[in-house]
Amino acid sequence: MKMNKRDFIAIAVVLVLSAAGFLFLNTKHAQGSRVVITVGGSEYGTYPLASDKVIEIKSENGSNTVAIENGSVYMKDADCPDRYCVKQGRITDSGDSVICLPHKLVVEVCASDGENTIDAVAK
Amino acid sequence: MTKRIAKTGLFVALAMIFSYIEALIPLNFGIPGVKLGIANIVVVAALYQLNIPEAAGISFLRILLMGILFGNIVSLAYSFSGGVLSFLGMVICKKLKLSVIGVSIVGGVLHNVGQLTAAAFILQSAAITYYFPVLLVSGLVTGFLIGIVSYRVNKSLDKLSQKHTDN
Repeated sequence: MKMNKRDFIAIAVVLVLSAAGFLFLNTKHAQGSRVVITVGGSEYGTYPLASDKVIEIKSENGSNTVAIENGSVYMKDADCPDRYCVKQGRITDSGDSVICLPHKLVVEVCASDGENTIDAVAK
Repeated sequence: MTKRIAKTGLFVALAMIFSYIEALIPLNFGIPGVKLGIANIVVVAALYQLNIPEAAGISFLRILLMGILFGNIVSLAYSFSGGVLSFLGMVICKKLKLSVIGVSIVGGVLHNVGQLTAAAFILQSAAITYYFPVLLVSGLVTGFLIGIVSYRVNKSLDKLSQKHTDN
């Protein structure tokens, strides 16, 4: 088994990139205040994180049930094939998200000042 | 020439079988998109045993056929985006004289990057970049494992083709 110096350079580059990514994504961990739900890129609705609510979302892709409970939000139920979104659990901090890829649905917690760090980068 | 065509066909069939086996293994790491990518053993082997256009054809045909047989247009878009990026990266790294393992690592990492990019486009949201660091590391690990296997496969195939030219 022979690996050369260039292999290790490639490995180092990947590790540095992922470490930078981890740091970048974990710097702003403030308690969020709003829940923004997006379906296929367009906003479905914004809800306060402070008040408990169950939101049923039906789109042409399928249906999801998002629940806001005790200042956290989670995917309560979904009829997508993999159900990864349900397994993702509860989120509370701004910038965190629960994603249902088959239904193109994003549940994101945002800070009260409006702009979210990740969205600000994307725009 | 005929031998090349036969070999390419064989590699496509193998890659499809590997994809299928991959789907049968209930490996769940809890993170969407994390998988071993055993079909890449075939693509890496093709890169070393055949030449670039043939290896590209094998990768492309596998993705297209598996997409038509078992997937849908969305899953095809993910696989295609990952496959193209991964293949280009592997070709470049092979030219840069990385070892088989290095080439496979880059392939694994870029496959995940490509899929994540496709997912971001489909979702129309950058929220998915949250998975970016995790998928980089997972691509590194799976790429390394696949690289070790590819190294062994190539060694055996080299021996085999040596025997055939001797005869």
